[in-house]
Amino acid sequence: MNIVVCVKQVPDTATERKLRSDDKTLDRDAADGVINELCEYAVEEALKIKEAHGGEVTVLTMGPSKATDTIRKALAMGADKAVHLVDDALHGSDALSTSYALAQTLKKIGFDLVILGSESTDARTGVLAAMLAERLGTPQLTLARKVDIDGSAVTIERVTDYGYDKVEASLPAVVSVVEKINEPRYPSFKGIMAAKKKPVETLGIADAEIAADQVGLASAWSEVVEFAAAPPRAAGTVVKDEGDGGAKAAEFLASKKFI
Amino acid sequence: MLGDEHIELRRTVEEFAREVVAPVIGDYYERCEFPYDIVRKMGAMGLFGLPIPEEYGGMGGDYFALCLALEELARVDSSVAITLEAAVSLGAMPILRFGTAEQKERWLPKMASGETLGAFGLTEPGGGSDVPGGMRTTAVLDGDEWVINGTKAFITNSGTDITGVVSVAAITGRGGERPEISTILVPSGTPGFTVSKKYSKVGWSASDTRELSFTDCRVPSENLLGERGRGYAQFLQTLDEGRVAIAALSVGLAQGCVDESARYARDRQAFGQSIGRFQAIQFKIADMEARVHTARLAYYHAAERMLACLPFKKEAAIAKLVASNAAMDNARDATQIFGGYGFMNEFPVGRFYRDAKILEIGEGTSEVQRLLIARELGVGA
Ligand SMILES: Cc1cc2nc3c(=O)[nH]c(=O)nc-3n(C[C@H](O)[C@H](O)[C@H](O)COP(=O)(O)OP(=O)(O)OC[C@H]3O[C@@H](n4cnc5c(N)ncnc54)[C@H](O)[C@@H]3O)c2cc1C
Ligand SMILES: Cc1cc2nc3c(=O)[nH]c(=O)nc-3n(C[C@H](O)[C@H](O)[C@H](O)COP(=O)(O)OP(=O)(O)OC[C@H]3O[C@@H](n4cnc5c(N)ncnc54)[C@H](O)[C@@H]3O)c2cc1C
Repeated sequence: MNIVVCVKQVPDTATERKLRSDDKTLDRDAADGVINELCEYAVEEALKIKEAHGGEVTVLTMGPSKATDTIRKALAMGADKAVHLVDDALHGSDALSTSYALAQTLKKIGFDLVILGSESTDARTGVLAAMLAERLGTPQLTLARKVDIDGSAVTIERVTDYGYDKVEASLPAVVSVVEKINEPRYPSFKGIMAAKKKPVETLGIADAEIAADQVGLASAWSEVVEFAAAPPRAAGTVVKDEGDGGAKAAEFLASKKFI
Repeated sequence: MLGDEHIELRRTVEEFAREVVAPVIGDYYERCEFPYDIVRKMGAMGLFGLPIPEEYGGMGGDYFALCLALEELARVDSSVAITLEAAVSLGAMPILRFGTAEQKERWLPKMASGETLGAFGLTEPGGGSDVPGGMRTTAVLDGDEWVINGTKAFITNSGTDITGVVSVAAITGRGGERPEISTILVPSGTPGFTVSKKYSKVGWSASDTRELSFTDCRVPSENLLGERGRGYAQFLQTLDEGRVAIAALSVGLAQGCVDESARYARDRQAFGQSIGRFQAIQFKIADMEARVHTARLAYYHAAERMLACLPFKKEAAIAKLVASNAAMDNARDATQIFGGYGFMNEFPVGRFYRDAKILEIGEGTSEVQRLLIARELGVGA
């Protein structure tokens, strides 16, 4: 089975994240780049499927050259090889053009199963799995908390507000995962050392037959027009307990319609 | 001297310590409970196999990789760090260095995966610094079996559910100027080998430390580790390496004190400002940082010489002396900066305070380190 995991590098949520004042895109140089958390779960799931059914796990990342750190981490966890789509023309791509660029690359490298995180921690649109499946013409199985492969069938448990739906499709397919699905492994030292020797193929847009006029900031369907820093949090209300603290707390919760 | 792979390992262990160890270790500590679950996860990421060759199921890394992992773990908690240190530097390394092919096959793969812990039984109730003088445990060859009698004190990792073997130093002959000392592998559960209940300790409360007794305990003669009569030389070598590891662990604790203090100094308010604005607090933290920095350089230097197969006895002793001292001083200062909260077990600095003292005692006291340094300089000869 040929499994491709789409892995995004995002700014570390523990550091201050900023937009650039010039073109209003994310300032990817200002913060440390880390692997998007849900992508770790996607990599883990791919490795588990490989361990159970055999095959090969390829990491696919679209991102600037410093995204190699993130690729290295996925390889250290145990993925076999990586494809890094990097091109200045891709800067500022929106979700539509990102899905187009990734779909073109996936068509080129081939796949039986594509696994994504269900959401990134920076843009958080949560739409890529659906867009990708549409562009590839494959079934989409999103928000999986469990994935089972049986021959050419893939079954997932899709989380819902009230429980889960069991959804089945045939391969090739696109799956996105939630954090309930597994516990991602920490790379071992052997994995870290082996990652240095694993092949990473770097592709530009021409290599992946991506049309320059369909990606990048200029061709984005959505545009960030304006942005402002979040207002500082207002000071909280201090209630002094003079024997009636419980009642006052209840009053406050009722005023906010929590109770 | 840090390669890419060392930097990445350090980052991975730092993440592990923050995400897996930090949230739960306080409770284990409070209950004086061995954290099997954390140890299993440390095993899964290969920490117990760091310096062990791949042919024995290890990671094929070096001793420096182990030191970096110990430092990052101890930045968050010393109980799990000492469990790793004792299992690898004291448990597995002597088997790797001195074991026969069969001994290595039998023990190393399980040790490298963290499935089985090894322990190192040297210290006795009668003395730890003066080993030949204080040693009473004997092993006598009877046919093709060693018969062991005696008691060992303060042995780390010796009584967990996953302890597999203890290497026991024993007197195997007299006659010369010094008693003949050899090391014998005693598997857990061997009849005549009793593990007492855990000590109640001041610190390292989530680690396993026991007194062991041997009463006509019989093991096959092939359980001799290394050469007969070479026991003393073997554990001196093991302890030289172990000192670099304890120095790394001490640096981790000292760094944890800086991390916690710097954060607290920003957040805690007194007299209308954050306490970090008081110069008295700034200078304390600056001194703490200077200590941990120099101690780190000292252990890096000792490790570098060790890996280059250069003499490193003096450097290891200096690293251990300086780093354990830094840990103790930083723990005292961090506790002071935290005020009353520093005296509470629920804050990491309370644990750091309790965990620091043993670093000046275990694997050679600070006095013993000074003796070694002076001896290397030819002073008092
Ligand atoms: C603050 C901010 C706001 C944004 N707002 C919008 C917006 O409103 N509309 C819009 O169209 N675009 C927006 N973008 C652009 C957006 O970052 C890109 O379109 C992005 O590549 C896809 O969106 P996502 O990260 O939200 O994907 P999601 O759908 O949230 O991500 C899910 C999964 O897709 C995969 N994936 C995502 N990106 C990549 C990648 N580059 N390489 C490999 N795998 C990947 C990963 O598996 C990930 O876990 C915004 C970006 C930022 C930084
Ligand atoms: C939690 C814990 C875990 C341990 N784990 C292990 C283990 O896994 N395996 C193991 O074998 N041991 C272990 N030990 C034992 C430890 O190594 C010894 O406690 C240590 O070496 C000191 O020995 P001692 O306690 O007998 O002190 P002593 O040797 O009795 O020393 C008492 C004091 O006298 C000083 N002193 C002794 N000789 C001299 C001298 N010549 N000049 C100046 N001062 C001197 C010492 O520095 C010390 O201050 C552990 C101990 C503890 C507390």
